[in-house]
Amino acid sequence: MTTALPVLLLMTSLLPAGVTFFLAQDSHALRNALQLGGAVLKLALIIWMLFAVADGAAYEAEFPLAPGLVVLLRVDALALLFISLSATLWFLTTIYAIAYFGTKAELSRFFGFFSLCVAATTGLALSGSLISFFIFFELLTLSTWPLVAHKQDKPSLRAARVYFAYALPGSAALLWAIIWLESATGPVLFTEPPDLSGLDPAALRAIFALFIIGVGVKAGLVPLHGWLPAAMAAPAPVSALLHAVAVVKAGAFGVVRVVYDVFGAENMTALGVGVPLAIVASFTIIWGSVRALQQDEIKKRLAFSTVSQVSYIVLGAALASPLAMIGGLVHLIHQGLMKITLFFCAGIFDERAGVKRIDGLNGMGAQMPWTSACFSIGALGMIGLPPLAGFVSKFYLGLGALEAGAPWVLAVLLASTFLNAAYFLPILYRLWFLPLASGAKGDDRAPGLVVPAVVTAAATVGVGMLAASPISPLGWATLIVTQGYGP
Amino acid sequence: MTALVAGLTLPLLAAFAAIALPMRARVPAALLGAGLTLAASLWLAVVVWQTGPVTLSLGGWQPPIGIALRADGLGAALGVMTALVMTAVALAARHEMAASVAGPRAGFGFWPLMLLLWATMNAAFVSRDLFNLYVVLELITLSAVALVAISGKAEAIAAALRYLLFALAGSLLYLAGVVLTYAAHGTLDISLLAARMAAPSDALALGLMTAGLLVKTALFPFHVWLPHAHSAAPAPASALLSALVPKASLLILLRLWFEAMPDLAAPAALLTLASLGAMAVIWGGLLALAQARLKLIVAYSTVAQLGYIFLVFPLAGGDGGAQVWAAGAWTGAIFQTLSHGLAKAAMFLVAGIYLVAMGSDRLSDLRGMARALPMTGFAFALASITLMGLPPSGGFTAKYLLMTAAFASGQWAWALVLAAGGLLAAAYLYRPLAAIFARESAVAPRAIPRSWQAIPLGLAVLSVALGLLSSVPFEFLQIGRPDPAAEGL
Repeated sequence: MTTALPVLLLMTSLLPAGVTFFLAQDSHALRNALQLGGAVLKLALIIWMLFAVADGAAYEAEFPLAPGLVVLLRVDALALLFISLSATLWFLTTIYAIAYFGTKAELSRFFGFFSLCVAATTGLALSGSLISFFIFFELLTLSTWPLVAHKQDKPSLRAARVYFAYALPGSAALLWAIIWLESATGPVLFTEPPDLSGLDPAALRAIFALFIIGVGVKAGLVPLHGWLPAAMAAPAPVSALLHAVAVVKAGAFGVVRVVYDVFGAENMTALGVGVPLAIVASFTIIWGSVRALQQDEIKKRLAFSTVSQVSYIVLGAALASPLAMIGGLVHLIHQGLMKITLFFCAGIFDERAGVKRIDGLNGMGAQMPWTSACFSIGALGMIGLPPLAGFVSKFYLGLGALEAGAPWVLAVLLASTFLNAAYFLPILYRLWFLPLASGAKGDDRAPGLVVPAVVTAAATVGVGMLAASPISPLGWATLIVTQGYGP
Repeated sequence: MTALVAGLTLPLLAAFAAIALPMRARVPAALLGAGLTLAASLWLAVVVWQTGPVTLSLGGWQPPIGIALRADGLGAALGVMTALVMTAVALAARHEMAASVAGPRAGFGFWPLMLLLWATMNAAFVSRDLFNLYVVLELITLSAVALVAISGKAEAIAAALRYLLFALAGSLLYLAGVVLTYAAHGTLDISLLAARMAAPSDALALGLMTAGLLVKTALFPFHVWLPHAHSAAPAPASALLSALVPKASLLILLRLWFEAMPDLAAPAALLTLASLGAMAVIWGGLLALAQARLKLIVAYSTVAQLGYIFLVFPLAGGDGGAQVWAAGAWTGAIFQTLSHGLAKAAMFLVAGIYLVAMGSDRLSDLRGMARALPMTGFAFALASITLMGLPPSGGFTAKYLLMTAAFASGQWAWALVLAAGGLLAAAYLYRPLAAIFARESAVAPRAIPRSWQAIPLGLAVLSVALGLLSSVPFEFLQIGRPDPAAEGL
């Protein structure tokens, strides 16, 4: 059972993907059953595993491809953190996507790649070695490309091209870094930190930079973020998935793995690369917020907000103090919950009211109360209003910054909070306080779209309120840091 | 041993049948021959897997008097790849001939030429005698040139003539090298040459043979004949020419440098070979980027993809052969050979389907083909993943192994070539992919049976599966792998 479980976990998305490609366009019931069935099964497996891992069980499966080229799937606490997020949000996004697309064209292709994308994310989370991480990282690039291009109109195809143009050089950098490192240390497993003494510090710094470039493209680190706003041309469920779980998070997760499981916090400090990374992350946080302020389209503003928010995770990793690590890890979950809520709502505004631009939201609060309320919760959480999810992350990041002896980070957090407020509060003001424009109408009588948003909004409140409980994301992040990386 | 003989004689018999039998029976006979040869190749691979290399001395005469045939892991693996590509091409050609009004010459000439090519390729994979290899190379060249010219169009004849001139020059160079070797050592058997006493003429002989083989392999700067020859042929023939034919001369190069005369592998020579390969990767990629026709893009990509294989020389040849990374580099090069063969054949077969469906292979005419013929779109995309070297394809395994060896040996420049080549491949394949997957389709294409569309898809899936399941092929290729450290000194 210990080897079968990770494979089974991968198969819950891989098998539906394989079958869905061959389904006829109009076999909606079968396709939806496959998608939802896979998602539910995966959730069940993960819940079971959460208990088992808390009891100290370990799961591992290994597939040798060639000498040095081994796919290793392994369940550890960090993997579980990411995988529970992706499985939960995948389930909700699937419901949302089924309602969103209805009976539109090319659905078998869409859901095929959708599942494949989730399979790649699962594999990424479970990867126990650098090279398996790379393989799933690439699989993710390949499987999200058709999703970005899904509408096949000019902006989508351009977005897909831009995505590829950023992602492939990023992968080349990542592969370069991996092989360079492994040529000195042998295959790197995440369980045992590699012996870095065979490489001189200059080479190690270069390798670290290549790693950060490789995963940073996906995490949207400025200046590697250009593809992310362009990818807004994709359908709403894809944006939601891209921003909350799949691509951007894969990048952030990669940063965490590289910092903690490849280099280790001590080596990072010794090499003096932690502070530069923290500066890049801080710059991204500010720059993303400033750019978000300049956007008139809802989805574009959210996209730049993602650029900014994901770097909180990078910042937490770069500061390398236990509390900052907790803050970064917990933001992996919290940002996912909040951002997916916002994207769900943006999609509902577009679908049910035809509103794409921010100035079209005037007075929608009364027309679409559920959607507007969820959007407001997500936005307030992003700003960091206590006791919502975002506050918890920021609190820990702030404490961690002090602990790491980097008080300037507090200024960054503060500035980011103000900027977040500056670009979210006007939207809330328009929603609730401005009168409805003449001729504008909307409703949220679409349970398939609204219920997922309500669930994630409730979770945004819940994880903040229950942060002190051991089963909350914060509790789990604390467990990871104290068990795995603590001093 | 029976499998070895069957792999050589069955395609020859089928070729004769495809000429001699009455018109109606020719195609069935050719297809039957193809099926049987495929079975023989698989059987040979199983035998090699179970019992190690299979050796056969013709007529019972041992070298140096007789000629030896030997199927090792490398030869048997190439034999299986060839058999898979040949079978797919045979099936696709049957569809294509039914769908298009081929001239009488194409219908008459294709089957015997294809089967003759198959028999001679198999002979090249197992032959251990340099003169025997010369004869085999000549036969391969002649059938390949004839396949280029088979349509009878003026541009095809011109391309075939250019090919013929290059190939004949290559043959002469190779033959000169063979003569020198025989004069010095009195034998042309590869295994006996490995144990020879070094002679002063050896370097010249090896240089001449290598130059001849480079021309035939179309390594930069000798590639000028290849793109037009490969794109002028009918699509199934192009698949054979691009996926298989250069691999025969390439294999002989490997046998010369790694088995017969590894002691002559001076660093400068290895560096030259790899530099030419690197230039082929870059130059072929850039030219592929500039083409407007699908078949030309795919043909120029062959120039680039063959270039990677030459990186094996400094990574696993000469003194490097004794190092720990040599096995990885050598196997990586063979993985590239195999996965390129499968993926490239898939691409040409897709191009052939588009030519029948749309009457054109200009990218501007192919917009939206994936919507009309989804399986071909998937096939092209999967084959592209292999050529770009993205995981989890066979191309990725190849590049990973080569790149690891480049880093382990401290020869970073070659890793840079691999990375740049992958990005270039992504760039030049993105254009056809974007066209095929575009939304609009101008004209409704002709209907193409699904059984035809499935053929390139099958090959493309195999090229990816080679990466997913690479541990067995990796071990298989180690069977009878030359060990220059032991044999050379």
